Amino acid sequence: MNATQTLIALWTLVLKEIKRFTRIWPQTLLPPSITMAMYFIIFGNLIGSRIGDMGGFSYMDFIVPGLIMMSVITNSYSNVASSFFSNKFQRSIEEMMVSPMPNWVILSGFVFGGMARGLGVGLIVTVVSLFFTRLTMEHPLLTVLVVVLTSALFSIGGFINALLANKFDDISIVPTFILTPLTYLGGVFYSISMLPDFWQGVSMLNPILYMVNVFRYGFLGVSDIPVVWALAAIFAFIIVLFLAALMMLERGKGIRS
Amino acid sequence: MAEPALSIRGLTKVYGNGFQALKGIDLDVQQGDFFALLGPNGAGKSTTLGVVCSLVQKTAGKVSIFGIDVDKDFAKAKYQLGVVPQEFNFNQFEKVLDIVLAQAGYYGMTSREALPRAKQLLTDLGLWEKRNGSARMLSGGMKRRLMIARALMHRPRLLILDEPTAGVDIELRRSMWEYMRRINQDEGTTIILTTHYLEEAESLCRNVAIINNGEIVRNTSVRELLAELDTETFLIDLAEPVAEVPQIEGFELHQLEPTQLSLLVHRGQRLNDVFNALSEQGIQVVSMRNRANRLEEMFVSMVEASGPGAIDQRVNIPSTDRSPAEHRENQA
Repeated sequence: MNATQTLIALWTLVLKEIKRFTRIWPQTLLPPSITMAMYFIIFGNLIGSRIGDMGGFSYMDFIVPGLIMMSVITNSYSNVASSFFSNKFQRSIEEMMVSPMPNWVILSGFVFGGMARGLGVGLIVTVVSLFFTRLTMEHPLLTVLVVVLTSALFSIGGFINALLANKFDDISIVPTFILTPLTYLGGVFYSISMLPDFWQGVSMLNPILYMVNVFRYGFLGVSDIPVVWALAAIFAFIIVLFLAALMMLERGKGIRS
Repeated sequence: MAEPALSIRGLTKVYGNGFQALKGIDLDVQQGDFFALLGPNGAGKSTTLGVVCSLVQKTAGKVSIFGIDVDKDFAKAKYQLGVVPQEFNFNQFEKVLDIVLAQAGYYGMTSREALPRAKQLLTDLGLWEKRNGSARMLSGGMKRRLMIARALMHRPRLLILDEPTAGVDIELRRSMWEYMRRINQDEGTTIILTTHYLEEAESLCRNVAIINNGEIVRNTSVRELLAELDTETFLIDLAEPVAEVPQIEGFELHQLEPTQLSLLVHRGQRLNDVFNALSEQGIQVVSMRNRANRLEEMFVSMVEASGPGAIDQRVNIPSTDRSPAEHRENQA
């Protein structure tokens, strides 16, 4: 395929993915908006008013970046995991496999589709948060960069999950038993400076902590961990996981007998 | 001589569980041919086609499409190839038009090229009116035609049809045959067909390969194959019931019903002799037809002769359509 044909193929796949999650918007776009509005009301307003300041900011201002990031992570991941696995299940993945599209285009198409949903939901949640607080952004470029990279990283993660999955249960195990606990323990609702030293050290092993903190730094200008380290870690994870996913795709893991 | 549309050399496939599905097969399909790949279930047809389409990884061997080695120029080879699989493999929740346009996009076609092509194909296959409907609302026959339209979007030179008319009613099947003949004859598209309807293969195909137990048992023209048929069985319907089977010297007759006989005719024997003998015995014949399709008789004899493979020869096999587990799209 020449460069133009490759771009057309990539765009076709991305557009198909966007059409998919917008077609089923009551399942994909609406629930996170409602859930996050509940978080803002209950944790931000009702409970948050009794908690007081967190890291020098109101509790609502503290949790908003974390909740936006949580939405981006879960939606990026689950979009690619469910879409790619559905393609495997319905065998419509064969449409792509018999075509001349290179594997990196297939992988990128699904990843961009996941990013579109993750970032779209992130934007919706941001708009919802404006009903509860006034958002200010200390470092807008960094904020956008980190949310885009995080979305890409978890979209790739969702792709690998779907590639290895044999049944629908397999694509819910990782989000339920790994992603959600790591997100909740990743400093969305609290600053790790509140934890004893030992648990602070344990928390530093949680990759989501870095993403939430850099994102929060973009909004509030404060972070529990060094921003450069966090960005480097996200970049490294993206490269490693992308190459791993591509290698599995080349070998036909989970899709070719 | 032009490169074959498909050339397979020493193709071997051993699955992870140790099952050897293909045992080093060689096969050539010439350009412009309408070729049948026949075999009982589990013989290796779908594995062979799966390797050609890159859905199955080969263990050993070489596959070339119009002289292009798929291992060397994977993308170029795939441009030549269109595939209509046995099972529905499109997203049932997508619109018909979106499915064919997406396929064009995967081959790098611009929407300016793809839209008229989609309109032409969907119109030819009687699906244009359904273009904005969800694919899951189509009947089984329409879904099969949708897969044909999708496979032809990028104008492939080699079209693989894996049981394209399974589960399709007779009238529609015949109209699909006409369409396949047209794209083979008018557009020069080479077609490889697998089917359980052997009448279909006899009617459409010029050449045939029979595969059994992962080996090519026979590879010849349909005409030559049929010429080798030594015996044919006919069903004879009688005007009146007969009490016992009429005896005719040199012929083997059996009574199936009071008014129906089966007749085994060997090559060189004349049917006139049967009619004359029956007439002399006062038995009136109302009609006569082949008990089975001729190619089918040949097929069964070849597969039986080729070894211990279990014959699961079901002529009117129903389609094994894979339906989504849920009727509504639930893929959040």
